Amino acid sequence: MAQNSLNGVQKIVVIGGSAGSLHVILHILARLRADLNIPIVIILHRKNDSDSSLSQLMAFRTDLPVKEADDKEAILPGNVYLAPADYHLLIETDKNFSLDDSEKINFSRPSIDVTFETAAEAYGEGVTGILLSGANADGVEGLSIIKAHKGTIVVQDPSTAQVPYMPQQAIDAMPIDHTLTVEQIPDFINQL
Amino acid sequence: MDTPVGEQEIKLLLNDMLELYGFDFTDYAKASLKRRINRLFTLDRFPSFAEFRYHLRNDPDYSKRFVEQITVNVTEMFRDPVFYQNLREHVLPVLATYPFIRIWHAGCSTGEEVFSMAILLKEANLLHKSLLYATDLNPVVLQKASTGIFPMSQMKQYSENYIAGGGTEDFSRYYTASYNMVKFDEELSSRMVFSTHNLVSESSFNQFQLIMCRNVLIYFEKELQGRVFALFDDSLENLGFLALGSKETLKLSPIISKYRQEGKEKIWRKIH
Repeated sequence: MAQNSLNGVQKIVVIGGSAGSLHVILHILARLRADLNIPIVIILHRKNDSDSSLSQLMAFRTDLPVKEADDKEAILPGNVYLAPADYHLLIETDKNFSLDDSEKINFSRPSIDVTFETAAEAYGEGVTGILLSGANADGVEGLSIIKAHKGTIVVQDPSTAQVPYMPQQAIDAMPIDHTLTVEQIPDFINQL
Repeated sequence: MDTPVGEQEIKLLLNDMLELYGFDFTDYAKASLKRRINRLFTLDRFPSFAEFRYHLRNDPDYSKRFVEQITVNVTEMFRDPVFYQNLREHVLPVLATYPFIRIWHAGCSTGEEVFSMAILLKEANLLHKSLLYATDLNPVVLQKASTGIFPMSQMKQYSENYIAGGGTEDFSRYYTASYNMVKFDEELSSRMVFSTHNLVSESSFNQFQLIMCRNVLIYFEKELQGRVFALFDDSLENLGFLALGSKETLKLSPIISKYRQEGKEKIWRKIH
């Protein structure tokens, strides 16, 4: 918490990915500092299956605790949370999660936009939003809302993305704070 | 940048809804509510928050639209097929031992889950001695539910869910198609009672052997979730079942000591 409270700003990293981003996320997780003091929230588009194999796969890559986010769960530093399949994951201003099974957004549930937008409203300038490889535009609107709340926005360098469409859409839509290769993303998170 | 309807404005709207129309949304989870209110604000093209609020306060018809639009009414038949398989294999055989079966679908929305349950009961030869109480706070969705009419476009998905949940019949035998809609057999709806009921403000109205309330509690704050669990406990016979959505749990509720989870699905049995 020391790092988080130093300047009174609570930090959070929200990472959105779609097609071609699973291996990027696994790469990032494997290189995160074991003493990372910031919560990481991952929204990954995937098929609607409620098995927990994805969070188990992620947990193998890092010493940080990894779990699917539960409804009304408190968001704690140093934890990695995965949005559950078939629900939107929202962040409340009291720094809890809540779930929502409303309409799909950009054909997606979970939607990256929903989590990015609510993270921006709950954490303000403490948010770092990272958009990875993908074939649709989910997350672009969310990044712009994070920026409007003075957060930091990052996209995967499209030239390193398996499907460059999603990060490229963000680059075309607004000035991005950092465009990073897959190799650079974990170091960037580690020094936040 | 802030959304047009911020937290202070939402407080005003929720107070208006409570004072003028008797709908209490004050203990609903805020992030979702805020998104839906802003979605409605954009959808209906209000030039300012003041006009939005004026409209809501002075037009009772608009309050109905407000309720319809800010409550989430997304549902499907046989959602989470493994859950339905569990109902079929573990819950229905127990219900079969009763002379008369009463089931409550709390927050049934447009009724897809009620029709799913009626199909399970029919296949277990229990429908004739069952009554399905389907309630929602929103009369508009209940009206839709009571017709048993659903879009044809959904049937492929529902049929796949049905089979994944252990269904062995040809799913299309349960409905008649007309243009782009289908109507489910009236034999199914003949055992259903549709009624408005507000989980936030109304009390228990019967005793049930099974209460289904899936993906409703996620929209409530923790304290309200606790109050609704107490209401369900009051409404459930001893040895009855409570079935929740895949990400909802009784674990953190004060009534958990009276319940035992049945298998891995979100089905609890009242044992004390």
